Amino acid sequence: MTALTSPTSRRLLWTFTDGLTLVGRELGRLRQNPGELVAALIFPAVMVVLFGYVFGSAIQVPGGGNYREYLMPGLFAMVTFLAVMGVMTRMATDAARGVMDRFRSMPMARSAVPFGQTGADSLTGLLSLAIMVGAGLLVGWRPHRGLIPTVEAFLLMMLLRYALSWVGAFVGLVVRDEQAADQFVPLFLPFTMLSNAFVPTGGMPGWLRFLSDWNPVSALTAASRRLFGNPGAPSGDLAWPLAHPVATVLLWSAALLLIFVPLSVRTYRRKGR
Amino acid sequence: MADPIVFAEGLRKSFGDVQALRGLDLSVPRGRVCGVLGPNGAGKTTAVRILATLSDPDAGHARIAGYDVVRQAGEVRARIGLAGQHAAVDEKLTGRGNLRMFGRLSHLPRREAHRRADELLERFGLTDAADRQVAGYSGGMRRRLDLITSLILRPEVLFLDEPTTGLDPRSRGEIWDSVRELVADGTTVLLTTQYLDEADRLADDIAVVDQGRVIATGTPDELKATIGDRLDVVVEDPAALRSAATVLTTLAGTGPTTMDADRLSVALPGGGLRLADVVRELDRAGVAAADVRLRRPTLDEVFLRLTDRKEPVR
Repeated sequence: MTALTSPTSRRLLWTFTDGLTLVGRELGRLRQNPGELVAALIFPAVMVVLFGYVFGSAIQVPGGGNYREYLMPGLFAMVTFLAVMGVMTRMATDAARGVMDRFRSMPMARSAVPFGQTGADSLTGLLSLAIMVGAGLLVGWRPHRGLIPTVEAFLLMMLLRYALSWVGAFVGLVVRDEQAADQFVPLFLPFTMLSNAFVPTGGMPGWLRFLSDWNPVSALTAASRRLFGNPGAPSGDLAWPLAHPVATVLLWSAALLLIFVPLSVRTYRRKGR
Repeated sequence: MADPIVFAEGLRKSFGDVQALRGLDLSVPRGRVCGVLGPNGAGKTTAVRILATLSDPDAGHARIAGYDVVRQAGEVRARIGLAGQHAAVDEKLTGRGNLRMFGRLSHLPRREAHRRADELLERFGLTDAADRQVAGYSGGMRRRLDLITSLILRPEVLFLDEPTTGLDPRSRGEIWDSVRELVADGTTVLLTTQYLDEADRLADDIAVVDQGRVIATGTPDELKATIGDRLDVVVEDPAALRSAATVLTTLAGTGPTTMDADRLSVALPGGGLRLADVVRELDRAGVAAADVRLRRPTLDEVFLRLTDRKEPVR
Protein backbone atom coordinates (compact mmCIF):
# COMPACT_ATOMS: atom_id res chain seq x y z
CA MET A 1 0.00 0.00 0.00
CA THR A 2 2.80 2.40 0.86
CA ALA A 3 4.30 1.61 -2.54
CA LEU A 4 1.18 2.93 -4.24
CA THR A 5 1.20 6.20 -2.37
CA SER A 6 4.72 7.22 -3.36
CA PRO A 7 4.62 9.73 -6.20
CA THR A 8 6.68 7.58 -8.58
CA SER A 9 4.60 4.45 -8.28
CA ARG A 10 1.41 6.47 -8.44
CA ARG A 11 2.66 8.02 -11.66
CA LEU A 12 3.45 4.57 -13.04
CA LEU A 13 0.01 3.33 -12.07
CA TRP A 14 -1.57 6.33 -13.76
CA THR A 15 0.47 5.81 -16.90
CA PHE A 16 -0.90 2.28 -16.95
CA THR A 17 -4.54 3.09 -16.19
CA ASP A 18 -4.59 6.16 -18.46
CA GLY A 19 -3.10 4.01 -21.19
CA LEU A 20 -5.87 1.45 -20.63
CA THR A 21 -8.48 4.19 -20.87
CA LEU A 22 -7.06 5.20 -24.25
CA VAL A 23 -7.18 1.57 -25.36
CA GLY A 24 -10.84 1.58 -24.28
CA ARG A 25 -11.31 4.70 -26.37
CA GLU A 26 -10.18 2.77 -29.43
CA LEU A 27 -12.72 0.04 -28.68
CA GLY A 28 -15.42 2.68 -28.26
CA ARG A 29 -14.53 4.15 -31.64
CA LEU A 30 -14.79 0.76 -33.30
CA ARG A 31 -18.15 0.15 -31.69
CA GLN A 32 -19.42 3.49 -32.98
CA ASN A 33 -17.96 2.96 -36.45
CA PRO A 34 -18.69 -0.59 -37.50
CA GLY A 35 -17.94 0.55 -41.03
CA GLU A 36 -14.26 0.83 -40.16
CA LEU A 37 -14.34 -2.69 -38.83
CA VAL A 38 -15.89 -3.91 -42.07
CA ALA A 39 -13.22 -2.06 -44.06
CA ALA A 40 -10.59 -3.68 -41.85
CA LEU A 41 -12.15 -7.04 -42.69
CA ILE A 42 -12.35 -6.42 -46.40
CA PHE A 43 -8.84 -5.07 -46.89
CA PRO A 44 -6.98 -8.31 -46.13
CA ALA A 45 -9.50 -10.32 -48.14
CA VAL A 46 -8.94 -8.06 -51.14
CA MET A 47 -5.18 -8.33 -50.74
CA VAL A 48 -5.33 -12.10 -50.56
CA VAL A 49 -7.45 -12.33 -53.68
CA LEU A 50 -5.53 -9.67 -55.58
CA PHE A 51 -2.09 -11.02 -54.91
CA GLY A 52 -2.93 -14.67 -54.42
CA TYR A 53 -4.94 -15.15 -57.59
CA VAL A 54 -4.10 -12.21 -59.89
CA PHE A 55 -0.33 -12.05 -59.42
CA GLY A 56 -0.10 -15.61 -58.22
CA SER A 57 -1.28 -16.96 -61.55
CA ALA A 58 1.90 -15.61 -63.18
CA ILE A 59 4.55 -15.98 -60.48
CA GLN A 60 6.81 -18.99 -60.00
CA VAL A 61 7.77 -19.61 -56.40
CA PRO A 62 11.52 -20.24 -56.15
CA GLY A 63 12.05 -23.86 -55.20
CA GLY A 64 8.44 -24.65 -56.13
CA GLY A 65 5.36 -24.57 -53.96
CA ASN A 66 1.99 -22.88 -53.77
CA TYR A 67 2.17 -19.09 -54.36
CA ARG A 68 -0.52 -18.40 -51.76
CA GLU A 69 1.55 -20.24 -49.15
CA TYR A 70 4.47 -18.08 -50.27
CA LEU A 71 2.36 -14.91 -50.21
CA MET A 72 0.75 -15.03 -46.75
CA PRO A 73 3.92 -14.27 -44.75
CA GLY A 74 4.40 -11.25 -47.02
CA LEU A 75 0.84 -10.05 -46.38
CA PHE A 76 1.31 -10.55 -42.65
CA ALA A 77 4.38 -8.32 -42.88
CA MET A 78 2.50 -5.72 -44.90
CA VAL A 79 -0.33 -5.56 -42.36
CA THR A 80 2.27 -5.25 -39.59
CA PHE A 81 3.68 -2.13 -41.21
CA LEU A 82 0.21 -0.55 -41.35
CA ALA A 83 0.78 0.27 -37.67
CA VAL A 84 2.86 3.29 -38.67
CA MET A 85 0.01 4.80 -40.64
CA GLY A 86 -2.70 4.13 -38.07
CA VAL A 87 -0.91 5.62 -35.07
CA MET A 88 0.48 8.52 -37.07
CA THR A 89 -2.97 9.53 -38.30
CA ARG A 90 -4.57 9.24 -34.87
CA MET A 91 -1.86 11.27 -33.16
CA ALA A 92 -1.89 13.95 -35.85
CA THR A 93 -5.70 14.18 -35.72
CA ASP A 94 -5.69 14.59 -31.93
CA ALA A 95 -3.02 17.27 -32.21
CA ALA A 96 -4.83 19.13 -34.98
CA ARG A 97 -8.23 19.07 -33.26
CA GLY A 98 -7.01 20.30 -29.89
CA VAL A 99 -7.64 16.95 -28.17
CA MET A 100 -3.90 16.70 -27.44
CA ASP A 101 -4.01 20.11 -25.76
CA ARG A 102 -6.91 18.95 -23.63
CA PHE A 103 -4.88 15.89 -22.57
CA ARG A 104 -1.93 18.13 -21.78
CA SER A 105 -3.99 20.53 -19.67
CA MET A 106 -5.37 17.65 -17.59
CA PRO A 107 -3.70 16.08 -14.58
CA MET A 108 -2.88 12.96 -16.60
CA ALA A 109 0.36 10.99 -16.53
CA ARG A 110 2.58 12.65 -19.09
CA SER A 111 3.63 9.47 -20.88
CA ALA A 112 0.15 7.98 -20.94
CA VAL A 113 -0.86 9.37 -24.33
CA PRO A 114 1.93 7.89 -26.48
CA PHE A 115 1.89 4.64 -24.46
CA GLY A 116 -1.89 4.44 -24.66
CA GLN A 117 -2.04 5.09 -28.40
CA THR A 118 0.63 2.54 -29.22
CA GLY A 119 -0.96 0.05 -26.84
CA ALA A 120 -4.32 0.60 -28.53
CA ASP A 121 -2.69 -0.07 -31.88
CA SER A 122 -1.41 -3.43 -30.65
CA LEU A 123 -5.00 -4.36 -29.95
CA THR A 124 -6.08 -3.30 -33.44
CA GLY A 125 -3.07 -5.20 -34.72
CA LEU A 126 -4.12 -8.42 -33.03
CA LEU A 127 -7.55 -8.07 -34.56
CA SER A 128 -6.28 -7.49 -38.09
CA LEU A 129 -3.79 -10.33 -37.71
CA ALA A 130 -6.61 -12.65 -36.69
CA ILE A 131 -8.61 -11.63 -39.75
CA MET A 132 -5.58 -12.12 -41.97
CA VAL A 133 -5.01 -15.60 -40.52
CA GLY A 134 -8.62 -16.46 -41.28
CA ALA A 135 -8.29 -15.22 -44.86
CA GLY A 136 -5.04 -17.17 -45.25
CA LEU A 137 -6.54 -20.40 -43.96
CA LEU A 138 -9.42 -19.98 -46.40
CA VAL A 139 -7.11 -19.84 -49.43
CA GLY A 140 -5.03 -22.81 -48.33
CA TRP A 141 -2.19 -21.28 -46.34
CA ARG A 142 -1.02 -23.42 -43.38
CA PRO A 143 1.74 -23.18 -40.79
CA HIS A 144 3.67 -26.46 -41.10
CA ARG A 145 6.11 -26.52 -38.22
CA GLY A 146 3.90 -26.92 -35.18
CA LEU A 147 2.67 -24.67 -32.42
CA ILE A 148 5.86 -23.16 -30.98
CA PRO A 149 7.39 -21.78 -34.20
CA THR A 150 3.94 -20.53 -35.26
CA VAL A 151 3.48 -18.63 -32.02
CA GLU A 152 7.03 -17.32 -32.35
CA ALA A 153 6.24 -15.93 -35.78
CA PHE A 154 3.15 -14.10 -34.54
CA LEU A 155 5.03 -12.76 -31.51
CA LEU A 156 7.72 -11.47 -33.83
CA MET A 157 5.08 -9.66 -35.92
CA MET A 158 3.47 -8.12 -32.85
CA LEU A 159 6.84 -7.01 -31.47
CA LEU A 160 7.85 -5.30 -34.68
CA ARG A 161 4.37 -3.84 -35.00
CA TYR A 162 4.63 -2.34 -31.53
CA ALA A 163 8.03 -0.84 -32.35
CA LEU A 164 6.69 0.54 -35.63
CA SER A 165 3.70 2.11 -33.91
CA TRP A 166 6.17 4.30 -31.99
CA VAL A 167 7.58 5.53 -35.29
CA GLY A 168 4.02 6.49 -36.24
CA ALA A 169 3.49 8.17 -32.87
CA PHE A 170 6.60 10.29 -33.35
CA VAL A 171 5.78 11.33 -36.90
CA GLY A 172 2.19 12.13 -35.92
CA LEU A 173 3.37 14.29 -33.02
CA VAL A 174 5.78 16.16 -35.27
CA VAL A 175 3.43 16.86 -38.19
CA ARG A 176 0.41 17.72 -35.93
CA ASP A 177 -1.85 17.87 -38.94
CA GLU A 178 -4.08 15.17 -40.39
CA GLN A 179 -3.68 16.35 -43.96
CA ALA A 180 0.10 16.37 -43.70
CA ALA A 181 -0.05 12.89 -42.18
CA ASP A 182 -2.13 11.70 -45.12
CA GLN A 183 0.67 12.74 -47.46
CA PHE A 184 2.75 9.89 -46.09
CA VAL A 185 0.21 7.20 -46.91
CA PRO A 186 1.15 6.74 -50.62
CA LEU A 187 4.71 5.90 -49.52
CA PHE A 188 3.40 2.83 -47.80
CA LEU A 189 2.81 0.67 -50.85
CA PRO A 190 6.22 1.06 -52.57
CA PHE A 191 7.94 0.59 -49.21
CA THR A 192 6.25 -2.73 -48.49
CA MET A 193 6.49 -3.92 -52.09
CA LEU A 194 10.20 -3.20 -52.37
CA SER A 195 10.85 -6.46 -50.57
CA ASN A 196 10.58 -10.20 -50.89
CA ALA A 197 6.97 -10.08 -49.65
CA PHE A 198 5.29 -10.66 -53.00
CA VAL A 199 7.95 -11.66 -55.49
CA PRO A 200 11.35 -13.33 -55.27
CA THR A 201 14.11 -10.71 -55.25
CA GLY A 202 16.49 -12.75 -57.42
CA GLY A 203 15.38 -11.03 -60.60
CA MET A 204 15.70 -7.44 -59.31
CA PRO A 205 18.55 -5.20 -60.49
CA GLY A 206 21.45 -5.17 -58.02
CA TRP A 207 20.77 -1.84 -56.31
CA LEU A 208 17.07 -2.57 -55.92
CA ARG A 209 17.85 -5.99 -54.57
CA PHE A 210 20.20 -4.42 -52.02
CA LEU A 211 17.39 -2.12 -50.77
CA SER A 212 14.97 -5.00 -50.71
CA ASP A 213 17.35 -7.30 -48.81
CA TRP A 214 17.84 -4.70 -46.08
CA ASN A 215 14.18 -3.67 -45.92
CA PRO A 216 12.75 -4.83 -42.56
CA VAL A 217 9.64 -5.99 -44.45
CA SER A 218 11.86 -8.60 -46.10
CA ALA A 219 13.34 -9.75 -42.82
CA LEU A 220 9.90 -10.18 -41.25
CA THR A 221 8.63 -12.01 -44.32
CA ALA A 222 11.67 -14.31 -44.42
CA ALA A 223 11.44 -14.97 -40.68
CA SER A 224 7.78 -15.94 -40.88
CA ARG A 225 8.31 -18.11 -43.96
CA ARG A 226 10.98 -19.95 -42.04
CA LEU A 227 8.91 -20.27 -38.84
CA PHE A 228 5.72 -21.30 -40.66
CA GLY A 229 7.62 -23.64 -42.95
CA ASN A 230 6.16 -21.90 -46.01
CA PRO A 231 7.86 -22.12 -49.40
CA GLY A 232 10.35 -19.54 -50.61
CA ALA A 233 12.57 -19.54 -47.53
CA PRO A 234 15.75 -18.05 -48.95
CA SER A 235 18.80 -20.18 -49.58
CA GLY A 236 22.23 -19.80 -51.12
CA ASP A 237 24.46 -16.73 -50.88
CA LEU A 238 22.34 -14.32 -48.82
CA ALA A 239 22.64 -10.82 -47.44
CA TRP A 240 23.04 -10.93 -43.64
CA PRO A 241 19.47 -9.83 -42.79
CA LEU A 242 18.01 -12.64 -44.89
CA ALA A 243 20.42 -15.24 -43.56
CA HIS A 244 19.41 -14.25 -40.01
CA PRO A 245 15.85 -12.98 -40.39
CA VAL A 246 14.69 -13.58 -36.82
CA ALA A 247 17.71 -11.81 -35.33
CA THR A 248 17.22 -8.97 -37.83
CA VAL A 249 13.60 -8.46 -36.79
CA LEU A 250 14.60 -8.47 -33.12
CA LEU A 251 17.37 -5.94 -33.81
CA TRP A 252 15.06 -3.68 -35.84
CA SER A 253 12.44 -3.78 -33.08
CA ALA A 254 14.96 -3.01 -30.35
CA ALA A 255 16.53 -0.19 -32.34
CA LEU A 256 13.18 1.42 -33.20
CA LEU A 257 11.97 1.20 -29.60
CA LEU A 258 15.23 2.61 -28.22
CA ILE A 259 15.07 5.56 -30.59
CA PHE A 260 11.39 6.34 -30.90
CA VAL A 261 10.02 5.70 -27.40
CA PRO A 262 12.15 8.42 -25.75
CA LEU A 263 11.81 10.68 -28.78
CA SER A 264 8.02 10.44 -28.85
CA VAL A 265 7.61 10.85 -25.10
CA ARG A 266 9.86 13.88 -25.17
CA THR A 267 8.06 15.40 -28.12
CA TYR A 268 4.71 14.87 -26.40
CA ARG A 269 5.92 16.52 -23.21
CA ARG A 270 7.57 19.42 -24.94
CA LYS A 271 5.40 22.45 -24.73
CA GLY A 272 4.17 23.82 -27.98
CA ARG A 273 3.22 27.22 -29.21
CA MET B 1 -8.12 42.17 -0.70
CA ALA B 2 -7.82 38.41 -1.11
CA ASP B 3 -5.14 37.09 -3.43
CA PRO B 4 -6.28 36.92 -7.02
CA ILE B 5 -6.86 33.35 -8.23
CA VAL B 6 -5.35 34.13 -11.61
CA PHE B 7 -2.27 36.29 -11.52
CA ALA B 8 0.15 37.09 -14.30
CA GLU B 9 2.95 39.58 -14.31
CA GLY B 10 5.15 40.72 -17.17
CA LEU B 11 4.41 37.74 -19.43
CA ARG B 12 6.48 37.78 -22.60
CA LYS B 13 6.46 35.30 -25.43
CA SER B 14 7.93 35.50 -28.90
CA PHE B 15 7.61 33.18 -31.87
CA GLY B 16 10.55 33.93 -34.11
CA ASP B 17 10.35 37.63 -34.87
CA VAL B 18 6.76 37.96 -33.71
CA GLN B 19 6.27 39.22 -30.19
CA ALA B 20 2.96 37.70 -29.15
CA LEU B 21 3.12 38.97 -25.57
CA ARG B 22 5.07 42.04 -24.51
CA GLY B 23 4.71 42.20 -20.77
CA LEU B 24 1.13 41.15 -20.09
CA ASP B 25 -0.24 41.65 -16.56
CA LEU B 26 -3.50 40.15 -15.42
CA SER B 27 -5.25 39.68 -12.12
CA VAL B 28 -8.60 37.98 -11.64
CA PRO B 29 -10.27 37.79 -8.21
CA ARG B 30 -11.94 34.52 -7.24
CA GLY B 31 -15.48 34.02 -8.50
CA ARG B 32 -15.36 36.73 -11.17
CA VAL B 33 -15.69 36.51 -14.93
CA CYS B 34 -12.81 38.28 -16.58
CA GLY B 35 -13.21 39.05 -20.25
CA VAL B 36 -9.96 39.35 -22.16
CA LEU B 37 -10.93 41.39 -25.15
CA GLY B 38 -8.78 42.01 -28.16
CA PRO B 39 -8.50 41.72 -31.92
CA ASN B 40 -7.04 38.68 -33.68
CA GLY B 41 -3.34 38.43 -33.02
CA ALA B 42 -3.49 40.51 -29.83
CA GLY B 43 -2.00 37.64 -27.82
CA LYS B 44 -5.16 36.37 -26.11
CA THR B 45 -4.69 32.72 -27.00
CA THR B 46 -0.97 32.80 -26.19
CA ALA B 47 -1.80 34.16 -22.74
CA VAL B 48 -4.41 31.45 -22.12
CA ARG B 49 -2.00 28.74 -23.26
CA ILE B 50 0.60 29.92 -20.78
CA LEU B 51 -1.93 30.13 -17.94
CA ALA B 52 -3.20 26.62 -18.80
CA THR B 53 0.38 25.20 -18.68
CA LEU B 54 0.44 24.42 -22.40
CA SER B 55 3.23 26.83 -23.14
CA ASP B 56 6.01 28.44 -21.09
CA PRO B 57 6.56 32.21 -21.06
CA ASP B 58 9.93 33.58 -22.20
CA ALA B 59 9.80 36.00 -19.26
CA GLY B 60 7.47 36.95 -16.44
CA HIS B 61 5.51 34.57 -14.25
CA ALA B 62 1.97 33.49 -13.57
CA ARG B 63 0.15 31.74 -10.75
CA ILE B 64 -3.16 29.94 -10.58
CA ALA B 65 -4.57 29.64 -7.05
CA GLY B 66 -1.07 30.41 -5.81
CA TYR B 67 0.66 27.70 -7.89
CA ASP B 68 3.27 28.65 -10.43
CA VAL B 69 2.22 27.62 -13.94
CA VAL B 70 5.74 26.53 -14.88
CA ARG B 71 7.17 24.98 -11.72
CA GLN B 72 3.92 23.55 -10.28
CA ALA B 73 2.13 22.67 -13.49
CA GLY B 74 0.62 19.50 -12.00
CA GLU B 75 -1.08 21.43 -9.20
CA VAL B 76 -2.34 23.97 -11.71
CA ARG B 77 -3.74 21.28 -14.03
CA ALA B 78 -5.70 19.77 -11.17
CA ARG B 79 -7.51 23.11 -10.71
CA ILE B 80 -8.24 24.33 -14.22
CA GLY B 81 -10.50 23.53 -17.11
CA LEU B 82 -9.83 24.58 -20.67
CA ALA B 83 -12.27 24.90 -23.52
CA GLY B 84 -10.55 26.13 -26.59
CA GLN B 85 -11.38 27.37 -30.04
CA HIS B 86 -11.60 23.80 -31.26
CA ALA B 87 -14.23 21.42 -30.08
CA ALA B 88 -11.51 19.27 -28.54
CA VAL B 89 -13.45 16.03 -28.31
CA ASP B 90 -13.27 12.71 -30.10
CA GLU B 91 -15.69 12.97 -33.01
CA LYS B 92 -15.92 9.23 -33.39
CA LEU B 93 -17.19 8.65 -29.88
CA THR B 94 -20.59 9.54 -28.46
CA GLY B 95 -21.00 12.57 -26.23
CA ARG B 96 -21.35 10.30 -23.21
CA GLY B 97 -18.34 8.26 -24.35
CA ASN B 98 -16.22 11.40 -24.49
CA LEU B 99 -17.25 12.56 -21.03
CA ARG B 100 -16.61 9.12 -19.54
CA MET B 101 -13.21 8.89 -21.20
CA PHE B 102 -12.10 12.32 -20.05
CA GLY B 103 -13.50 11.55 -16.59
CA ARG B 104 -11.39 8.40 -16.39
CA LEU B 105 -8.37 10.33 -17.63
CA SER B 106 -9.00 12.81 -14.83
CA HIS B 107 -8.61 9.81 -12.49
CA LEU B 108 -12.19 9.64 -11.33
CA PRO B 109 -13.19 6.11 -10.36
CA ARG B 110 -15.24 4.45 -13.11
CA ARG B 111 -18.58 4.76 -11.36
CA GLU B 112 -17.94 8.38 -10.46
CA ALA B 113 -16.86 9.18 -14.03
CA HIS B 114 -20.11 7.71 -15.36
CA ARG B 115 -22.21 9.52 -12.78
CA ARG B 116 -20.51 12.84 -13.50
CA ALA B 117 -21.00 12.37 -17.25
CA ASP B 118 -24.75 11.81 -16.77
CA GLU B 119 -25.02 14.75 -14.43
CA LEU B 120 -23.28 17.17 -16.82
CA LEU B 121 -25.26 15.96 -19.83
CA GLU B 122 -28.49 16.45 -17.92
CA ARG B 123 -27.61 19.82 -16.56
CA PHE B 124 -26.46 21.29 -19.86
CA GLY B 125 -29.25 19.83 -21.95
CA LEU B 126 -27.35 17.23 -23.94
CA THR B 127 -29.03 14.11 -22.57
CA ASP B 128 -31.02 13.51 -25.77
CA ALA B 129 -27.88 13.59 -27.90
CA ALA B 130 -25.69 11.79 -25.37
CA ASP B 131 -25.59 8.46 -27.18
CA ARG B 132 -25.11 9.84 -30.65
CA GLN B 133 -21.74 10.13 -32.29
CA VAL B 134 -20.25 13.62 -31.94
CA ALA B 135 -19.56 13.73 -35.69
CA GLY B 136 -23.31 14.25 -36.13
CA TYR B 137 -23.56 17.14 -33.62
CA SER B 138 -24.20 20.73 -34.67
CA GLY B 139 -21.44 23.29 -34.09
CA GLY B 140 -23.20 24.62 -31.01
CA MET B 141 -23.67 21.17 -29.48
CA ARG B 142 -20.00 20.35 -30.01
CA ARG B 143 -18.92 23.52 -28.24
CA ARG B 144 -21.29 22.79 -25.41
CA LEU B 145 -19.88 19.29 -25.09
CA ASP B 146 -16.38 20.75 -25.21
CA LEU B 147 -17.36 23.18 -22.48
CA ILE B 148 -18.83 20.58 -20.16
CA THR B 149 -15.87 18.27 -20.77
CA SER B 150 -13.73 20.93 -19.14
CA LEU B 151 -16.05 20.90 -16.11
CA ILE B 152 -15.63 17.24 -15.17
CA LEU B 153 -13.28 17.97 -12.29
CA ARG B 154 -15.21 21.05 -11.09
CA PRO B 155 -12.34 23.40 -11.92
CA GLU B 156 -11.66 26.43 -9.78
CA VAL B 157 -10.70 28.36 -12.88
CA LEU B 158 -12.19 27.82 -16.30
CA PHE B 159 -10.41 29.17 -19.38
CA LEU B 160 -12.69 29.76 -22.32
CA ASP B 161 -10.75 30.69 -25.40
CA GLU B 162 -13.18 32.30 -27.84
CA PRO B 163 -15.96 29.87 -26.92
CA THR B 164 -18.49 31.19 -29.43
CA THR B 165 -16.37 32.09 -32.45
CA GLY B 166 -18.13 30.87 -35.56
CA LEU B 167 -21.41 29.98 -33.85
CA ASP B 168 -24.87 31.14 -34.85
CA PRO B 169 -26.65 33.57 -32.49
CA ARG B 170 -28.82 30.91 -30.91
CA SER B 171 -25.89 28.64 -30.08
CA ARG B 172 -23.99 31.62 -28.72
CA GLY B 173 -26.90 32.33 -26.42
CA GLU B 174 -26.84 28.74 -25.19
CA ILE B 175 -23.13 28.91 -24.43
CA TRP B 176 -23.69 32.19 -22.61
CA ASP B 177 -26.41 30.60 -20.48
CA SER B 178 -24.07 27.72 -19.64
CA VAL B 179 -21.32 30.13 -18.59
CA ARG B 180 -23.74 32.05 -16.37
CA GLU B 181 -24.70 28.78 -14.67
CA LEU B 182 -21.07 28.09 -13.87
CA VAL B 183 -20.54 31.51 -12.48
CA ALA B 184 -23.50 30.96 -10.19
CA ASP B 185 -21.55 27.95 -8.83
CA GLY B 186 -18.63 30.21 -7.99
CA THR B 187 -16.28 29.15 -10.78
CA THR B 188 -13.82 31.80 -11.84
CA VAL B 189 -13.94 32.26 -15.59
CA LEU B 190 -11.34 33.77 -17.84
CA LEU B 191 -12.95 34.33 -21.20
CA THR B 192 -11.18 35.55 -24.29
CA THR B 193 -13.30 36.99 -27.02
CA GLN B 194 -13.22 39.28 -29.98
CA TYR B 195 -16.94 39.94 -29.64
CA LEU B 196 -17.59 43.07 -27.66
CA ASP B 197 -21.19 42.20 -26.90
CA GLU B 198 -20.05 38.87 -25.46
CA ALA B 199 -17.66 40.59 -23.07
CA ASP B 200 -20.33 43.15 -22.23
CA ARG B 201 -22.88 40.49 -21.35
CA LEU B 202 -20.73 37.96 -19.54
CA ALA B 203 -17.78 39.71 -17.99
CA ASP B 204 -17.60 41.36 -14.58
CA ASP B 205 -14.22 42.81 -15.47
CA ILE B 206 -12.65 43.39 -18.82
CA ALA B 207 -9.00 43.52 -19.79
CA VAL B 208 -8.50 45.03 -23.21
CA VAL B 209 -5.48 43.46 -24.88
CA ASP B 210 -3.73 44.88 -27.89
CA GLN B 211 -0.36 43.92 -29.34
CA GLY B 212 0.59 41.69 -26.44
CA ARG B 213 -0.25 43.87 -23.49
CA VAL B 214 -3.23 44.95 -21.44
CA ILE B 215 -4.08 48.50 -22.41
CA ALA B 216 -7.10 49.01 -20.15
CA THR B 217 -8.97 47.24 -17.37
CA GLY B 218 -12.21 47.83 -15.56
CA THR B 219 -15.84 46.86 -15.44
CA PRO B 220 -17.74 47.44 -18.68
CA ASP B 221 -19.31 50.53 -17.09
CA GLU B 222 -15.98 51.91 -15.96
CA LEU B 223 -14.52 51.45 -19.40
CA LYS B 224 -17.50 53.17 -20.96
CA ALA B 225 -17.22 56.02 -18.50
CA THR B 226 -13.63 56.68 -19.58
CA ILE B 227 -14.78 57.97 -22.94
CA GLY B 228 -17.88 59.78 -21.72
CA ASP B 229 -21.46 59.73 -22.95
CA ARG B 230 -22.50 59.93 -26.56
CA LEU B 231 -24.95 62.15 -28.33
CA ASP B 232 -26.73 60.71 -31.38
CA VAL B 233 -28.58 63.00 -33.78
CA VAL B 234 -30.76 61.88 -36.67
CA VAL B 235 -31.64 64.62 -39.18
CA GLU B 236 -34.77 64.66 -41.31
CA ASP B 237 -32.98 65.82 -44.46
CA PRO B 238 -29.61 64.20 -45.18
CA ALA B 239 -28.51 67.42 -46.88
CA ALA B 240 -28.54 69.11 -43.47
CA LEU B 241 -26.03 66.66 -41.99
CA ARG B 242 -23.06 68.97 -42.52
CA SER B 243 -24.72 71.90 -40.76
CA ALA B 244 -25.68 69.58 -37.90
CA ALA B 245 -22.07 68.43 -37.64
CA THR B 246 -20.89 72.04 -37.39
CA VAL B 247 -23.36 72.78 -34.61
CA LEU B 248 -22.39 69.70 -32.63
CA THR B 249 -18.66 70.31 -33.08
CA THR B 250 -19.10 73.79 -31.59
CA LEU B 251 -21.12 72.47 -28.67
CA ALA B 252 -19.04 69.38 -27.83
CA GLY B 253 -15.63 70.73 -28.67
CA THR B 254 -14.79 67.70 -30.84
CA GLY B 255 -15.91 66.47 -34.23
CA PRO B 256 -18.43 63.64 -34.68
CA THR B 257 -16.95 60.14 -34.32
CA THR B 258 -19.32 58.54 -36.79
CA MET B 259 -21.43 59.95 -39.60
CA ASP B 260 -23.89 57.99 -41.70
CA ALA B 261 -26.35 59.17 -44.32
CA ASP B 262 -28.74 60.87 -41.91
CA ARG B 263 -27.21 60.38 -38.47
CA LEU B 264 -24.12 61.33 -36.54
CA SER B 265 -22.66 60.58 -33.17
CA VAL B 266 -20.42 62.76 -31.03
CA ALA B 267 -18.51 62.18 -27.79
CA LEU B 268 -19.60 64.53 -25.03
CA PRO B 269 -17.16 66.45 -22.86
CA GLY B 270 -16.78 65.50 -19.20
CA GLY B 271 -19.41 67.99 -17.98
CA GLY B 272 -21.97 66.79 -20.50
CA LEU B 273 -24.53 68.84 -22.33
CA ARG B 274 -28.14 69.71 -21.80
CA LEU B 275 -30.35 68.12 -24.41
CA ALA B 276 -32.41 71.33 -24.55
CA ASP B 277 -29.32 73.32 -25.60
CA VAL B 278 -28.60 70.89 -28.42
CA VAL B 279 -32.15 71.07 -29.76
CA ARG B 280 -32.17 74.87 -29.58
CA GLU B 281 -28.82 75.26 -31.36
CA LEU B 282 -29.86 72.84 -34.12
CA ASP B 283 -33.10 74.72 -34.53
CA ARG B 284 -31.26 78.05 -34.75
CA ALA B 285 -29.05 76.60 -37.53
CA GLY B 286 -32.19 75.52 -39.42
CA VAL B 287 -31.59 71.78 -38.98
CA ALA B 288 -34.72 69.69 -38.53
CA ALA B 289 -33.82 66.87 -36.13
CA ALA B 290 -35.81 63.63 -36.31
CA ASP B 291 -34.21 62.31 -33.15
CA VAL B 292 -31.76 63.57 -30.56
CA ARG B 293 -30.65 61.33 -27.72
CA LEU B 294 -28.00 60.92 -25.08
CA ARG B 295 -26.65 57.43 -24.44
CA ARG B 296 -23.83 55.48 -22.84
CA PRO B 297 -21.09 54.52 -25.28
CA THR B 298 -20.93 50.95 -26.53
CA LEU B 299 -17.90 48.80 -25.84
CA ASP B 300 -17.17 48.99 -29.55
CA GLU B 301 -16.62 52.70 -29.22
CA VAL B 302 -14.47 52.22 -26.13
CA PHE B 303 -12.46 49.61 -27.95
CA LEU B 304 -11.99 51.75 -31.05
CA ARG B 305 -10.84 54.65 -28.94
CA LEU B 306 -8.43 52.50 -26.92
CA THR B 307 -6.89 50.67 -29.83
CA ASP B 308 -7.10 53.67 -32.12
CA ARG B 309 -8.46 51.68 -35.01
CA LYS B 310 -10.58 52.87 -37.87
CA GLU B 311 -12.73 49.77 -38.21
CA PRO B 312 -14.72 48.02 -35.52
CA VAL B 313 -13.09 44.75 -34.57
CA ARG B 314 -15.26 41.85 -35.58
